[in-house]
Amino acid sequence: MVGINFAVEVEDLVKTFGDFVAVHRIRLQVRKGEIFGFLGPNGAGKSTTIRMLCGLLMPTSGKGRVAGYDLLLEPERIKRVIGYMSQKFSLYEDLTVIENLHFFGGIYGLKGSVLKERERQVLEKIGLKEISDRLTRTLSVGLKQRLALGCAILHQPEILFLDEPTAGVDPLSRREFWSFIQEMSTQGVTSFVSTHYMDEAEYCNRLALIYKGRIIAMGSPTDLKIKTLSHGVLEVECEPLMGSLHLLKEKPWILEVAIFGNSLHVIGKEGIALEQEISDLFQTHRILLHRMEWVRPSLEDIFVSLIEGERN
Amino acid sequence: MPAILMLLFGYAVTLDVKKVPMAILNYDQGQESLSFVHQFSGSPYFDLPAFLRNREELYHWIDRGKGKVGLVIPSDFSKLLKAGRKASVQVIIDGTDSNTANIILSYIQIITQQYNQEKTLLKIERLGKKRPDPPIEGRVRVWFNEELESKNYFIPGLVAVIMSIIGVLLTGQVIVREWERGTMELLISTPIQKEELLLGKLLPYFFIGLLDLCLAFLMGRWFFKVPFRGSFLLLLSISCLYLIVALALGLFISTVARTQIFANQLAMVIGFLPTFLLSGFTFVISNMPVWLQVITYGIAPRYYVSILKEIFLKGSDLSLLYKEMLVLIGMGIAGLSMAIKIFKKELK
Repeated sequence: MVGINFAVEVEDLVKTFGDFVAVHRIRLQVRKGEIFGFLGPNGAGKSTTIRMLCGLLMPTSGKGRVAGYDLLLEPERIKRVIGYMSQKFSLYEDLTVIENLHFFGGIYGLKGSVLKERERQVLEKIGLKEISDRLTRTLSVGLKQRLALGCAILHQPEILFLDEPTAGVDPLSRREFWSFIQEMSTQGVTSFVSTHYMDEAEYCNRLALIYKGRIIAMGSPTDLKIKTLSHGVLEVECEPLMGSLHLLKEKPWILEVAIFGNSLHVIGKEGIALEQEISDLFQTHRILLHRMEWVRPSLEDIFVSLIEGERN
Repeated sequence: MPAILMLLFGYAVTLDVKKVPMAILNYDQGQESLSFVHQFSGSPYFDLPAFLRNREELYHWIDRGKGKVGLVIPSDFSKLLKAGRKASVQVIIDGTDSNTANIILSYIQIITQQYNQEKTLLKIERLGKKRPDPPIEGRVRVWFNEELESKNYFIPGLVAVIMSIIGVLLTGQVIVREWERGTMELLISTPIQKEELLLGKLLPYFFIGLLDLCLAFLMGRWFFKVPFRGSFLLLLSISCLYLIVALALGLFISTVARTQIFANQLAMVIGFLPTFLLSGFTFVISNMPVWLQVITYGIAPRYYVSILKEIFLKGSDLSLLYKEMLVLIGMGIAGLSMAIKIFKKELK
């Protein structure tokens, strides 16, 4: 599994805590310069995986390489070339913005004029130049996240591991954050980002869905949409909504049905004339059909359908 | 913090028993009983006695804790003495505080003995004979703590308590706090070496410890007037050694515990309590049961407290203290290297 083109590649990675299997035989490859999204509900094993990849947590078994270094044998070498943003904000709140940068720059061995120059660049990039003397405690959540990112990129890492970097951040700051990640990507920096915001998944080059410690799907957002829901999603607006939901759930030709706003998203089994079946069913049950339309599946549809599939 | 500790201990914790409140119930109105009572009222160890009228009053008095000791003189006291017969008095001591009660008991015995001796001598003189010299007279000189003041004994030991609090309690917390806040997770994701990380965490507390040592020394020396007969440089260097041991212990605690509450409890049990109870600071080691004495050999404060007392009161120099110093050096090296070894740049 030697692949110089991969920033991250792991095989059969397992982490157990006592009886609890947090991560089960994960296998993934992340190309250099890629934005790799790691999606999954809370407690699926996202943080545990990222911590293992950063050398913070010893895997129970499995092997892998990060930035070309062995995960089990050279964790300290890995730490030199990665930047990590933990899920919980973890800079020193009683230091100012610039002091935090200075401190982490020092830890990464940056000194003197090089450190000064990097600090200046980073402050400019993350847009905290004007408030570099503010105490970190007084910053808003969005600004704190930007500073955390700043500290993670100060030493120009090859790979960024960002564990739910946008949790609790307002939509505008989230968008700025992602455009920043994309910019880093054009400069060749690999980003490994976990999130549970579905809309953010669209920013990623490739995605992995993790559920109960297992990867249940992987690919580009488009790939996932085509592969998983090749026959599309039918959006149905009808009355009464709940009654129809229960009715449809009973039918053997239905794969998936879920409420989506004021309509239903229906996925039928392969080879079924879904529109015909539904209008027939509704007629016999006197359900008012307002509108029926094929829509492109959103990642949320895919996500829900994949997880439902796992549950059954 | 060290100043408050010094003040509390210097003033409040004293084993000296002086001005004991006393009550006297005298049923006898004779000359003899008055002169006996006078032995007590004239002594610096007893407060001016309260004269009571009956037993109920006396019991009430002691029950309420107004007095520690009651003296009951029977009505035939003077009569018996004059007749040259043996008279007895009753002494009631409040034994709640056994240590104080013991001391009061010996005060009373000494005063009674002196009174008896005086009486006997007078009797001999009255018989027309020459007053005999007592066969043995002990000429006692107390060395090192001439006035037997307990503050001279406590304050040097207190330095060890202060060092332990800084070394074990504070240091134990400081790394655990970083785990709790999550800052440690970020720190261990960097290429920082664990030796750098730990030394960086320890050094400030090392200097705070030395600063507190100087403060405690100055207060003890000039505020409480504790004699200091040794070399300050020796005190400083031995304290550095002890601080290293204490810091290593604190470090060990913080690598084992991941919450502040647990770290605190651990620091109390393996850091603070041994310094307080087993080091010879409050209780004399040679009075402990053997198994406990054996344990004291394994704890650093034992050596440090004994060194402190030696330097302060005896003025001992290196030639007398090198054994204890070697033990501290050994413990420091072992503790520090073990703590560094145990600390892992890893999450649990």
